[in-house]
Amino acid sequence: MNLVVLMRMVPDVVEELEIAPDGKSLDQEALRLIVSESDDHALEEALLLKERFGGRVTVVAPEAPEVADVLYTAAAKGADRVIQLRGVEPGLGVAAMAEACAAALSAIPDLLPADLVLTGAQSIEDLDGLVAPLVAHRLGWPYLGVVTAVSEVSNGTATVIKEFQAGYRGEFQVSLPAVLGVQAAEKPPRYVPVAKVRAAMKATRIEEFEAPQPVPEPLQDVTIVALAKPEATGRAEMLEGSVEEVAGKLCELLAERGLL
Amino acid sequence: MAGNIWVVADQWQGRLTDITFEALALGREVADAFKVPLEAVLMGHGCASLAEELGCADNVIYAEHPALAEPVPETHARALTELAQQRQPRAIVIPATNTNWGANTLLAAQLGVPGLNFVVDLKAVDGALEARCVLYGGKIQVRVQPRKEPAVIGLWPGARPADQGRSERKPSVEQASVSLAAEPKVRLKRYIEPEAGEVDLTRQDILVAVGRGIQSKDNLELAEELARALGGEICGSRPVVDQGWLPLSRQIGKSGLTVKPKLYLALGISGAPEHVEGMKGSSLIVAVNTDPQAPIFNIAHYGVVADALELAPALAEAVRARKG
Repeated sequence: MNLVVLMRMVPDVVEELEIAPDGKSLDQEALRLIVSESDDHALEEALLLKERFGGRVTVVAPEAPEVADVLYTAAAKGADRVIQLRGVEPGLGVAAMAEACAAALSAIPDLLPADLVLTGAQSIEDLDGLVAPLVAHRLGWPYLGVVTAVSEVSNGTATVIKEFQAGYRGEFQVSLPAVLGVQAAEKPPRYVPVAKVRAAMKATRIEEFEAPQPVPEPLQDVTIVALAKPEATGRAEMLEGSVEEVAGKLCELLAERGLL
Repeated sequence: MAGNIWVVADQWQGRLTDITFEALALGREVADAFKVPLEAVLMGHGCASLAEELGCADNVIYAEHPALAEPVPETHARALTELAQQRQPRAIVIPATNTNWGANTLLAAQLGVPGLNFVVDLKAVDGALEARCVLYGGKIQVRVQPRKEPAVIGLWPGARPADQGRSERKPSVEQASVSLAAEPKVRLKRYIEPEAGEVDLTRQDILVAVGRGIQSKDNLELAEELARALGGEICGSRPVVDQGWLPLSRQIGKSGLTVKPKLYLALGISGAPEHVEGMKGSSLIVAVNTDPQAPIFNIAHYGVVADALELAPALAEAVRARKG
């Protein structure tokens, strides 16, 4: 199978997010970027499919700080080809980014035809669209999201599992080629030791590809009025003190409510 | 009529979901503000009777087609595109559920208009439509105005109380025909029932929930011990299940269970909207997180800024001492 994985960097929300002085974007300098979590699952699912059905995995990622580490790690995990897309900035303008990525997929030499394009089902900054359906629309391929497994591939179709709700899932038949938005891979993303990543850094060449012009302007169809940190409607009453003191206070609270 | 506000009815197992009524309540406010009719769009096959429940809307557009019986976002987006092109609504509100995940983005792409995700509120501001979206795991809200119509609004659960969107009134129903491909490229083969968990978490009074903050599977034991001391059960948020530390049958939130226990003790859970959706109705929410800015503290009744790995054993001991 020829598998393409789209990955991108997003702000690490474990860090404090600062709003830029214009009030309409995040302060880029204060941001620490990490790979979008479900994109990492999309890579894992692609690697599992390669192991099961054979083929090759190509990872494409828009340029961003630290993205080289992500691409080398992908290579260490088993990706055959890693490509950094220049001229496309990740951020709130997801629709423009997805459009540019889709255009690049068609333009990168020896990439298409592919059987599947896999990417995360969603990211934490998908304000104006989701990448998987946007890429599917642009390529004219079928789309399915919230995917948790691809169980079979034969005769130009894939059997794909997606999540519904309350633990229910659905088994779908999807014509190939297709774009899948992966929620979670069949197994947790594999761990690679640092030594293996270092070896990949020596053995792997990250291909650089300039996004086809014109690269769409982000957020053309929407006006950002303002960013804000959420106002707490019912902010929790905070319990303070040592761990033992807090444990004691919580015990009192639970006992008062008849929960102990 | 052009310029109307549309709400797309969301169905699950032959019934309208709560978020459909939440969306209707919100849509009603927006339609009234713009002084235009509110229309509900019901799509499916042989489900005309559901239209009777959509009386919060002035009118129901019922699109009937065999292909619409399957929960395939692509098929539903295609039908909506056709309807929207004919009728030119001002805004199309689509509940963002897993069932139709991505349909709003596909619809927007097909119409060449903006599609907004993670919308928690929508209103008229100086004659323009303005949405409030929750991004970055609940840490940032964005107020945004679409520049083209129809604006496609992917609505998150909880925007309004569902009961506000229910009505005894019988709406007018208009049958609409849509032409869809005879052989869709995505087909549902079968539903897979939930794996039976050993306990029914929705019936538990006390739940100890763990999130990414517990750091490793080995630390799960600390939470399990606390759950035992409290006489409750353990459950978790999405990342914990994705890591394989807990089974899917114990996941709370968007893809998992919705619970309303008497006590929900959240250990190392940040409070992303996907998780909050499944536990916000709990009677008492106590959250423990090292990050004082964690969104979970905005919905918890009591909060502790601490390492859950330190607090859990201390609390278990205090509970055991108290219970004797």
